[in-house]
Amino acid sequence: MASPLSSSRRSTYRLLAVSAAAALGLSACGSSSGTTGAAAGSNYPTGTITMVVPFSAGGPTDTVARLVAEPMSKTLGQQIIVQNVEGAGGTLGAGEVAKAKNDGYKILMHHIGMSTAPALYSNLAFKPLESFQTIGLVTEVPMTIISKKDLPPTNLKELVDYVKANKEKVTYANAGVGSASQLCGLLIEKAFGVDLTEVPYKGTGPAMTDLVGGQVDFMCDQTTNTSAQIKPGKVKAYAVTTAERVKSLPDIPTTTESGMPELKVGVWHGLYAPAGTPEAVVKKLTDALAAALKDPKVIEKMADLGTAPEAADQINPAAHTAKLKAQLDLWTPVIKAAGVKAA
Amino acid sequence: MDNILLGIQTALTPTNLLVCLIGCALGTAVGVLPGIGPTATIALLLPITFNFDPVSSLIMLAGIYYGAQYGGSTTAILLNLPGETSAAVTAIDGYQMARQGRAGQALATAALGSFFAGTVATVVLAVFAPPLAEAALKFGPAEYFSLVVLGLVASIALASGSLWKALAMIMLGLLLGLVGQDVESGASRFTFGAGELDGGLNFVSLAVGMFGVAEILRNLATGIHRPSMVREVKSLRLSRQDFKDMTPPVLRGTLMGSLLGILPGAGHVLASFTSYSVEKRISKTPERFGHGAIEGVAAPESANNAAAQTSFIPLLTLGLPANPVMALLIGAFIIQGITPGPNVINDEPVLFWGLIASMWVGNLMLVALNLPLIGLWVKLLTIPYRVLFPAIIAFSTIGCYSLGLNAYHVFAIAFFGLLGYVLIRFGCEPAPLLLGFVLGPLLEENFRRAMTISRGDASVFLTRPISLAMLIVAAIFLVVAVLPSIKKKRDVVFAEDE
Repeated sequence: MASPLSSSRRSTYRLLAVSAAAALGLSACGSSSGTTGAAAGSNYPTGTITMVVPFSAGGPTDTVARLVAEPMSKTLGQQIIVQNVEGAGGTLGAGEVAKAKNDGYKILMHHIGMSTAPALYSNLAFKPLESFQTIGLVTEVPMTIISKKDLPPTNLKELVDYVKANKEKVTYANAGVGSASQLCGLLIEKAFGVDLTEVPYKGTGPAMTDLVGGQVDFMCDQTTNTSAQIKPGKVKAYAVTTAERVKSLPDIPTTTESGMPELKVGVWHGLYAPAGTPEAVVKKLTDALAAALKDPKVIEKMADLGTAPEAADQINPAAHTAKLKAQLDLWTPVIKAAGVKAA
Repeated sequence: MDNILLGIQTALTPTNLLVCLIGCALGTAVGVLPGIGPTATIALLLPITFNFDPVSSLIMLAGIYYGAQYGGSTTAILLNLPGETSAAVTAIDGYQMARQGRAGQALATAALGSFFAGTVATVVLAVFAPPLAEAALKFGPAEYFSLVVLGLVASIALASGSLWKALAMIMLGLLLGLVGQDVESGASRFTFGAGELDGGLNFVSLAVGMFGVAEILRNLATGIHRPSMVREVKSLRLSRQDFKDMTPPVLRGTLMGSLLGILPGAGHVLASFTSYSVEKRISKTPERFGHGAIEGVAAPESANNAAAQTSFIPLLTLGLPANPVMALLIGAFIIQGITPGPNVINDEPVLFWGLIASMWVGNLMLVALNLPLIGLWVKLLTIPYRVLFPAIIAFSTIGCYSLGLNAYHVFAIAFFGLLGYVLIRFGCEPAPLLLGFVLGPLLEENFRRAMTISRGDASVFLTRPISLAMLIVAAIFLVVAVLPSIKKKRDVVFAEDE
């Protein structure tokens, strides 16, 4: 349940993810080396494809990647190996794909972190819009605003009033610098018009533990991480940050319904190839992705995670690039204004 | 009762017995190799478990986890090579036992202690899981801070030599633990601009260097200790006296491990260190510790295995991960379409009880697997040293390189090997340093978190009862530890002479 976005987990958490990545990396390197000769993409793919996940195995992004990789490899007729290259908030894995050969054999599953990285990291090894060829959007995981179960407010409006009235003692938990929960916190500060006292944790797991235990007051995180605690009532949920209600949490109103339409944020995922990848190759990948997102099994598993595949008209390079641009424009000033820096 | 029967039925199906065996065997294997830990193995095997049914896949992954806790002690005892935090404690007396020709007894103590602890912890898990998990939630940042302080004070007992040198080593360890990116601001600290250090120093390269490599350097420099090990391996069996000596520590270790294991984050780390300190503290002959005391193997090994088992409690009852391995297991749950959380016990009784029953079966398998292997392991020591030490260095290097496929880790072992050797020559022991290193980040994080929540009011550590109680115990420990050493300064000088 550790947040894939946390850039600051150290020691053991990181050690294990890196070693996992390394182990997976070994197998992936061995199998993809023979495939670099493929010409302009007419007969692509002729060998194993590596899908890099810039976060640890078992995390939400990894799960999304593995869900679509399986049906995609069936469509393409070649195996897709998921490789976890964790570290520095996802920028290491992204950097690796940015400098990979642009033949379509190394692709990247990344999320919202692609649009926040330029503001968070001063010396980035890639430029989101220039170093990559977008393939298509995959899914946008909704976020939920939740609190410890005995916090007095019962809806979002009351929560705003409560936070304002008690700003000397209310605490907001997040999963570290650059994490989705921190980003959502920045939007909350803007929307609520209040400075939050943030309590950072190394990942969502420990943050959620302290929220359930009532040590901190509230937070905002992906449904992937929060559903399990919302359903049995271990935490109180105020709103989902999407335009429409989430199917698996039908009783929770949206931020728009609660009168805060500007508080809209989702952990959107997209598939990337290195810039300059031949058009024919990109088309094949886009088509395979679109087919995978129609697979009933994928839809069902995504519903379990509290999310759903992107609409059909979003699964293409143009829509993906537009989304990336809009998100870069949204986050860069917000992060800079808040003075958040990851390295 | 129905539930336990259901669990046993689930665990004893041929498929589940087989995956449990595979998991335990794999876990033991990766535990023995320094570098490749259970987490890497579980991450590697996650995709394969896609194709299993949920219960079988979790039984296997769990088997890897506690199997590795078991295997980790083997190299610590035989070669002074701890692959993980808990094994570093076992190495202190376990390796000394091996040097005295009692490697077989040390390994058997570890295996039997672990089995007993595993059995008890499984019962604890089955009977008390939900209330214990709720109790663990009472631990906030202030309580964790005080717990870590208590752990650090208790760790002074890890050193058999000078108190002041032990304190210095703890401080050095704390400082080393601060290297890397700061959780709150994201700023890089003590990294000298090297990107590799952003993630912090790596425990495995630190431990392998400070213990394993430093020991090799020392053996090569002195050249006399080594043959004694081979000559004196007479009996592998535990004597009646051995059993008598190890029983109380195993019981106490099991109790402490079971309790500490429940606490997410710090518990598992503290279990083996704390139980070792307690044994030394209450022993009538504390001077034997650090020189091959069987209690020094029995207590931490049982505590460690008990904690490994009970650390499943927050995961299974609350859906909250206690450590990185548990975070990965949550991923495994999700892949299998199970939402880990408070509902698992009711919604997935087959999974919950099957997993618990399989843990006991797995512990039994581990004893059956490991006891016959002891003879084989001990034979390893009869290999001529000139052949053995290059092999140890090669395996450690490969293991550490595989951590990030980065030559940095190799340089790190070399660096810490040299540092460890220098420290040994100055009579400073590596165990307190290692504990400081592991606990340092926890100490800082929880201190800052508690202070943030209390708006900078430090009295929070004294007004929360659990926190206050632990600080008082820590203060008593400190006084008890410091007083005699001030009185008997001269004795200390002798203690260090080897």
